[in-house]
Amino acid sequence: MLRVTHLSKTFNPGTVNAKLALDDLSLHVAPGDFVTIIGANGAGKSTLFNAVSGSFISDSGKILLDGADITLMPEFKRARVIGRLFQDPMRGSAPGMTIEENLALAAGRGGWLSTVSKTDKKLFRERLALLDMGLEDRMQQQVGLLSGGQRQALTLMMATFQAPKLLLLDEHTAALDPATAEKVLKLTTEIVAEKNLTCLMVTHNMQSALELGNRTVMMDRGRIIFDVSGEERAKLTVADLLEQFKIASGKALDNDRMLLT
Amino acid sequence: MSFLSLVQTALELGLISSLTVLALFLSYSMLNVCDLSTDGCFTLGATVGAVVALSGHPYLSVLAAMAAGVLSGFITAILQTKMGVNSLLAGIIVNTALYSVNIAVMGNSSLLNMNKTDTVFTKMQSLLKGTFLSGQYKLIVALFFVILVVVFLTLFLRTRLGLAIRATGNNPDMVRSSSINPIMTTIIGLCIANSFTALSGCLLAQSQKSVNIDIGTGMVTIALASLLIGGIFVSKGKIGLRAVGAVFGAFVFRLVYTIALRFNMPAFMLKLVSSVIVVIAIATPYLKKQLPLFKRRWQHRFGKEEAECSE
Repeated sequence: MLRVTHLSKTFNPGTVNAKLALDDLSLHVAPGDFVTIIGANGAGKSTLFNAVSGSFISDSGKILLDGADITLMPEFKRARVIGRLFQDPMRGSAPGMTIEENLALAAGRGGWLSTVSKTDKKLFRERLALLDMGLEDRMQQQVGLLSGGQRQALTLMMATFQAPKLLLLDEHTAALDPATAEKVLKLTTEIVAEKNLTCLMVTHNMQSALELGNRTVMMDRGRIIFDVSGEERAKLTVADLLEQFKIASGKALDNDRMLLT
Repeated sequence: MSFLSLVQTALELGLISSLTVLALFLSYSMLNVCDLSTDGCFTLGATVGAVVALSGHPYLSVLAAMAAGVLSGFITAILQTKMGVNSLLAGIIVNTALYSVNIAVMGNSSLLNMNKTDTVFTKMQSLLKGTFLSGQYKLIVALFFVILVVVFLTLFLRTRLGLAIRATGNNPDMVRSSSINPIMTTIIGLCIANSFTALSGCLLAQSQKSVNIDIGTGMVTIALASLLIGGIFVSKGKIGLRAVGAVFGAFVFRLVYTIALRFNMPAFMLKLVSSVIVVIAIATPYLKKQLPLFKRRWQHRFGKEEAECSE
């Protein structure tokens, strides 16, 4: 589904602050894969997502999505086939607009001059009810009134409303309290499974990195240093993972948000 | 001058200038762009409308003025989205350029007279001749256009394109990572907004039967003041209601101004008064938020806390 080949990106080239954020990185993700990504601070996890979703254009290399070359495609065009969630729950929805209006934008049904129809409203209600947060009865309320967890759940629904070819989750539960985080994570796995989405998820939680999905990728200094799936992954423990990191990168894993359990 | 005629003058001028307020409602409140080309665009609408009307096309003059506004808005939008010009600066640059354009449009003159020219107002005047509404022709023309624009905005902002424009102003971060092209929404939003500004200028010039190069000076501040006054009455709720609130704000602004004139406030004070209103309206919420900090500082310096600490 996603094929990244020899991708490189240097920030502030030619200055003392030059940083090689992606170093000749290659990654192939099969359709239906759910890949969890872990790594130290500044390993290039978010940079990889930014490059794939088009927040910036990479320096060299190629990005193919479902066979189409999207290396130089502008961000808003990629967004039609790539759904993305950020750590900040405020980033994915417009606070001054109602839930219904936000959904209407995400649903992308009809032409530019179309308005929300009764069928749309019914569909929105049904989908919102799946979140089990009572949002279906608050469709005319402004999104700014929702809690962080509710907003992130809504954003998740908006990003997956039209099943995207690729879903990028960038620590999307890190800013939520543990109970809410668990709920949003559960919703995520449900939606991904139901729609059979291809998904990349950056996480700081080592346990869920191993539990969720079918493949785990470890990044360091802009490269992939460890890539595990299948039976080998099933046998891995968090301790093994940390050991693997030490072997592959030559240092202990250092992430100030890392959760080991 | 009776109170009633005071109200009528305020209503006429308020309605005509409310079209600029509605333009800012779209660009400032919805798109979150402070369009400083408003003054020049207002004058552009006035001059283009006047020149076309003088050539004998009263109805076409309105359309021509709006088309000129679209063009002006398009250039402002291109400068800030495609050329990397800061959005405030883009407005100022276009505003400056329009000064020359406006003098050129008026044929190397800074004043045009339409005393004997057919305009939409004179057309309405002759249409209503003899009826009980004959004295209200200005009001009716202005009201017609204001209703048209309010209805358009209400419907338009409910469409997907309208929602996309609102989202662009409301959460640029979200729009950047969604399938909405923020460049497109900004361009379309500014084109539409400036067509209303130009319409407003065109109507003001035709209603007072003359246009001079200064007709639009300070319009952006006056319209912003009206918009913020309107926001006091209708701050939340449906878009249509807020648009009507903006129109009401324009009327209240004009009414207060007209009454102030009756109490011998010199006419040249208009711009100072509107500036002060804008400052008050924008600064008040900010200062309110800062109030606890001021209190804390005051207590820390002179209050009990200080005494306790030093002991």
